[in-house]
Amino acid sequence: MSDHAAAHDPSVRFADTSPSRTPRRGGTRVAHSPGQIALALAIALFLIVFLVAPVATVAYVAFTEKGTGAPTLVNFLDFARTDLFVRSFWNSVYVSAMTVVWASVLALPLAYLTTRFEFRGAALVQTLGFLPLIMPPFVGAVAMQLLFGRNGTVNLLLDEWFDFKIGVMEGLNGVIFLQAIHYFPFILINLSAALRNIDRAMEEAAQNLGSHGFRLFRRIALPLAMPGYVAGASLVFVKVFDDVASPLLLNVKEMLAPQAYLRITSIGIDDPMGYVISVVLIAIAVVTMWGSARVLKGKDYATVQRGGGGLARRRLTRGQSALAYAVVLLVLALVLAPHVGLLLLSFATVWSFSPLPDGYTLAHYARVLGDSSTYIKNTLLYAGLAAAIDVAIGGAIAYLVLRTRLPGRQMLDWLAGAALAVPGVVLGIGYLRAFYGVTLPGGVPMATLWIMIVLAIAIRRLPYALRAAYAALQQISVSLEEAAENLGATKSRTVRRVVIPLMTGGLLAGFVTSFATAAVELSAVLMLVQNNSDAPLSYGLYVLMQTPAGRGAGAALGVIAVVIVAICMGLSQLAIDRSQRNRGLDI
Amino acid sequence: MSGTMSKAVSIDIRGVNLSYGATRILKGIDLSIRPGEFFAFLGPSGCGKTTLLRLIAGFAQAQTGQVLLDGQDVAGLPPWKRDVGMVFQSYALWPHMTVAKNVAFGLEERRLLRREINAKVAEALELVGLAAYADRRPAQLSGGQQQRVAVARTIAIEPKVLLLDEPLSNLDAKMRVSVRRELRALQQRLGLTTIFVTHDQEEANTICDRIAVMEAGTIRQVGTPMELYERPDNLFVAGFLGSANILDGKAVNGVFEVAGGARLPLPGGVQVPAGARLVFRPQHAALSITGALRGPVVHREFLGATVRYGVRVADSEILVDAPFQSGSDLHAVGDTVGIALPSERALYLAA
Repeated sequence: MSDHAAAHDPSVRFADTSPSRTPRRGGTRVAHSPGQIALALAIALFLIVFLVAPVATVAYVAFTEKGTGAPTLVNFLDFARTDLFVRSFWNSVYVSAMTVVWASVLALPLAYLTTRFEFRGAALVQTLGFLPLIMPPFVGAVAMQLLFGRNGTVNLLLDEWFDFKIGVMEGLNGVIFLQAIHYFPFILINLSAALRNIDRAMEEAAQNLGSHGFRLFRRIALPLAMPGYVAGASLVFVKVFDDVASPLLLNVKEMLAPQAYLRITSIGIDDPMGYVISVVLIAIAVVTMWGSARVLKGKDYATVQRGGGGLARRRLTRGQSALAYAVVLLVLALVLAPHVGLLLLSFATVWSFSPLPDGYTLAHYARVLGDSSTYIKNTLLYAGLAAAIDVAIGGAIAYLVLRTRLPGRQMLDWLAGAALAVPGVVLGIGYLRAFYGVTLPGGVPMATLWIMIVLAIAIRRLPYALRAAYAALQQISVSLEEAAENLGATKSRTVRRVVIPLMTGGLLAGFVTSFATAAVELSAVLMLVQNNSDAPLSYGLYVLMQTPAGRGAGAALGVIAVVIVAICMGLSQLAIDRSQRNRGLDI
Repeated sequence: MSGTMSKAVSIDIRGVNLSYGATRILKGIDLSIRPGEFFAFLGPSGCGKTTLLRLIAGFAQAQTGQVLLDGQDVAGLPPWKRDVGMVFQSYALWPHMTVAKNVAFGLEERRLLRREINAKVAEALELVGLAAYADRRPAQLSGGQQQRVAVARTIAIEPKVLLLDEPLSNLDAKMRVSVRRELRALQQRLGLTTIFVTHDQEEANTICDRIAVMEAGTIRQVGTPMELYERPDNLFVAGFLGSANILDGKAVNGVFEVAGGARLPLPGGVQVPAGARLVFRPQHAALSITGALRGPVVHREFLGATVRYGVRVADSEILVDAPFQSGSDLHAVGDTVGIALPSERALYLAA
């Protein structure tokens, strides 16, 4: 399960994106064929045009005077002098940090419980850990409001029975609550993997010397698993900081990423403030990644044991066991809440000021499958194209990095990985600004074409596909290729007849994961959709959720999105299983 | 601590049975280890020796039986309340702490005063000769030094007994010889009851007072290294310690008939158990013109002080060691030779 989990996990750990540390067995292989050089140049060109240029444009606008183009810091001064922006900045920092805190509170006990104790619920925890990843937070935002808001289900019942209400969905707390529930699996997955990699003797030695219980966890297990925790926590921090749609759907506007969006859409693409905010967003992402990499430097404690059996899991007493189940069930309830809420909302006639909907109907589904079905068609088209682009480019970069000595190949890897540091809203703004001036024959600005949405999504998902490609290629022994060349196959024929067939399972899994996450991408899309007929499902959902009348249909779209993503995750699991079985038979 | 060492304690294991699911790991183990003894659990991998050690440390739970330290049953105590020091095979030094922090850990868990902790850490590191390395990280030390840190960390808490789980297995061959001497010297100085787990008979023979030879979850024999070598109780012990010739046959009327025809007279008073086989060491036999066992030399190895011959008798090859002196004539491969075996050197052992 854990291996598959790693392949599924759409997180890319900042600390180890580079595969260059793996020893290259093909070290003495000669020659860069013209084909390889052409391929590398084509990928470089693609990344420069669709990633570097838009981001550079954003930076350029932020650091120059409006109109004259003279270099200046005056825009940043304006930013620092505007109360709204400063407040938004600190709100974003606060929300992101508190989300990390609450996500840790959810993830730490689950990770420790499932990796260190005999606990029957472990499989349940593993599965529930993945549920939130199927649905991005903005999808369930309105449903959570209806369940946990001031006049939501929980508070109506609490008020009736015990005469009090809880304010978990009020203002910034609502964003924190929603994000923590959605993003704690990133910490759970990374931390569990790190805990599993600790030699059991590390903790036994501590027990032997008199340590146990919480002290054992705090002094030994947690420090040794810290790299995994930091990787997960920094990812959560950046994701929350960059999220545009979730705060907006919870009616929280005073956060930085939403401000960038609001500024550009309300004042226009000539106003420098949106660009300044974008630069701040990138800086925060880069600083967080750099910080986490620095914290982790020299702390790769992977201490997989030399010999000896698996981890000796400790037994829980009856009381501890009851407590453990209580915790797991509570977390499970929280994790399922947005899903349940969304499902209820999608079938609800009216749901307002009551614990449950007044009545149930299929009308919302009829509506979204009828006149709103373009959203679904667009989503399938865009996500499919984006995933195909990602797998092609990711596979090519993985091949160039792992199998050739082409100068500058690490640069491609680095560029593709750098997409992680670019928030969706920034990429969207960059595309608007960089490609609005470029007009096609017929006078249509390039930025308004639907293909730009596809390209933005593809760039956003590229790091994930790249990781899948590395994983797939690293499992293929170089000697298999050498054998083909030895028997007379040229490099390109070897790639076609040996490498690609062997990578298919891994690439397929990468395709499906990219597809699934691309299908619910919103922040870049939000900037780039010019008219409703070009909009994908995530955009439709966002628009519909804005009005009480549209909520039902929005929820129905959300349910459809969740189903699409869930099916994809299942398929990708299947692809990985099958390719592993095939390899098992071959060897 | 060397001066303040409390008296050494005995370890008694009574009627221990331990299974993981349907797999029986330990079967009816009974064992008494004397205070201050350096004791070895010796056996091939999978024989249960490490499990028995972990049982004493509290990391494994037996279904039946008792573990007594100094006469006290510790079965109900968790590992952290046993005061049983264990050195792990992988050393298990915590990479996020310095050497001094590693050694201080157990003392901190015992809530000692900082002043006492510092003194005891210094003393323990002094004892293993690593006082100068206190501020290093484990990763900056060699394998042998890491092992000494692991020992220092364990003895710093002044445990009742010391358990060593294959402590030499991660060291290279040269280091092993010096480290095992150090371990022996340290144990003698501390007077600690110590159990050493190993699959290497040489390690066990060279540093331990007594050895329990284990096979498939049972103890086959307990004794000093010399006793086990000279008077093995059974074929397993005979074959596991040193090389031995083992020949099928049966006892008839005061004579042992070896499969293939040779007959060895049994001295009066020798009991031959049912299903017994003839066992003798290569250096206890000699090549001679006469001899009950005869056959061609099929193989010759020069070992320095001795020459080892392989002689085919019936279906088996018998090894015989002859002392080597320069100028002496050697038998060639193909020569037919006889093997003389003093009857007091012949052992008749069952499985």
